Amino acid sequence: MDGLREILGYGFMQRALVAGLLVALMSGLLGTFVVQRRLSFLGDGLAHAAFGGMGIGALAVVTFGLLEGGVGWLRHPLVVALPFALLTALGIAYVRDRTDLSSDTAIGVFFAVAVSLGVLAFSRIPPDVNLGFNVMDLLFGSILAVRATELGAIAAAAVAVTATLGLVWGRLAYATFDDELARTDGVRSRRLEYLLFVLAAVVVAVSAVVVGIVLMAAYLVIPAAAARLWSRSLAGTTLRAVAIGTVTTFAGVVGSFFLDAPTGSAIILSQALVFVAAALTRRR
Amino acid sequence: MNALAAPAAPLAARSSAPAPALHVHQVSVRFGDALVLDGVGFDLDAGRFLAIVGPNGAGKSTLVKVVLGLITPQRGHAAVFGRDAGDAPERIGYVPQLKTFDRTFPASAVELVVSGIRRSWPVRVGRAEREQAVAALADVGAARLADRPLARLSGGELQRAFLARALVREPDLVLLDEPATGVDFLAEHDLYDLLERYQARRGATIAMVTHDLAAARFHASRVLVLNRRLHGFGLPEDVLCDACLQEAFGHVGHRHAVAF
Repeated sequence: MDGLREILGYGFMQRALVAGLLVALMSGLLGTFVVQRRLSFLGDGLAHAAFGGMGIGALAVVTFGLLEGGVGWLRHPLVVALPFALLTALGIAYVRDRTDLSSDTAIGVFFAVAVSLGVLAFSRIPPDVNLGFNVMDLLFGSILAVRATELGAIAAAAVAVTATLGLVWGRLAYATFDDELARTDGVRSRRLEYLLFVLAAVVVAVSAVVVGIVLMAAYLVIPAAAARLWSRSLAGTTLRAVAIGTVTTFAGVVGSFFLDAPTGSAIILSQALVFVAAALTRRR
Repeated sequence: MNALAAPAAPLAARSSAPAPALHVHQVSVRFGDALVLDGVGFDLDAGRFLAIVGPNGAGKSTLVKVVLGLITPQRGHAAVFGRDAGDAPERIGYVPQLKTFDRTFPASAVELVVSGIRRSWPVRVGRAEREQAVAALADVGAARLADRPLARLSGGELQRAFLARALVREPDLVLLDEPATGVDFLAEHDLYDLLERYQARRGATIAMVTHDLAAARFHASRVLVLNRRLHGFGLPEDVLCDACLQEAFGHVGHRHAVAF
């Protein structure tokens, strides 16, 4: 216990935990809808769109000379990643809405384009330029190095996402159950779907900076999927998804410290353990 | 065919009379190149039991969706009790085709019925709502299903739960899209019995899409024969004649089923 108390005393550890718990909260609230609507691939697609945005942002910073004396926050990868993820989310929603293509096809197209753009942009940056972050951190996360500005962005996103979902939850859940039935009762399900995609882009973009592009999708999918196996109602699934995300984040952050393991991996592997337990003990 | 000839009169001309339960005026719907409904028009008075019949692809479900306000027709319009389609959801109880429903959604029968009360999905079900929902399930003989997950209901049980959901808000118009598909004869018999009892109690109007010409003949007070165009609208014995069916279906293959 003393060891735990000691590591919780570190400022970087406190920031990591708060950031991780906020990401778990947002991901659990949203992930329940993502999983129930069979959009699990969406998290991956948007996280990779964020990667494309980060690359373009980094290239812009280098090209326009913002590294020297530029406004500090402009240099943050999130500045371009967030709008890029939002545009991608709207693009996927539009293709889904207006064509006969399935969402995984639409996501697959945008996913590939975004990664290509990101790789192209990073390849144009001379290797000796110090961006203030490295590409590996973007891919796999650097939760222990989370800065106050990033924490601020995550907290703002958590408030916005929680409040928005709180307002539309009943209608969004109704449309998730049956789109046609909800529309007969005046629910504007198409708008809600666009909103869901926008919220997913916000959650993924701000969280990917912390937990990494590659692991972000797991946050959105695994806790909600495990929760679904243990739940008989959508509200119950949501609560359990948040709880599972929270507990596994705590376990992952603290565990990685003691085991000297990468934190992102430790969190996702904790989630996977819970998923296996849920699959073995699911409610029928 | 007599009912076909009379075009639906404008609403203003009948302002003194109560608005019909269903007013469909020259409705045409096109999906891409396909004309699915072509100038369909009729008025259904309140308190009738209407069966909408026609072959596969005749536009029956499309007509229901126009009435619900889910599809805006390219030409014409529809009104329910004098209000534009889609503007009076609280007066309509809709039972969709069961085949469209996602059975993996985590929900109980009570939650499904409460969604009919709230017109939104419940985060949690309060005691009063629960009592109301269980009473609605009991009315359709399904009180024991209250806490059963939807994924574990049979076709007939699911149909009862959806019917309880539609009736719980005491609608003036009950719209059903092929309610008897996938349920056995006994469940089907119960369904018509329940609908007729509800109609007698509330004086409600019922409109039902069905493939079953025998059910249309025995249970409906009006029948609408549809195959893209309106091929007949009137009393069952007038409309379900060989000539009408020949025209709409291209054959009289169902004759044995509709003989009195």
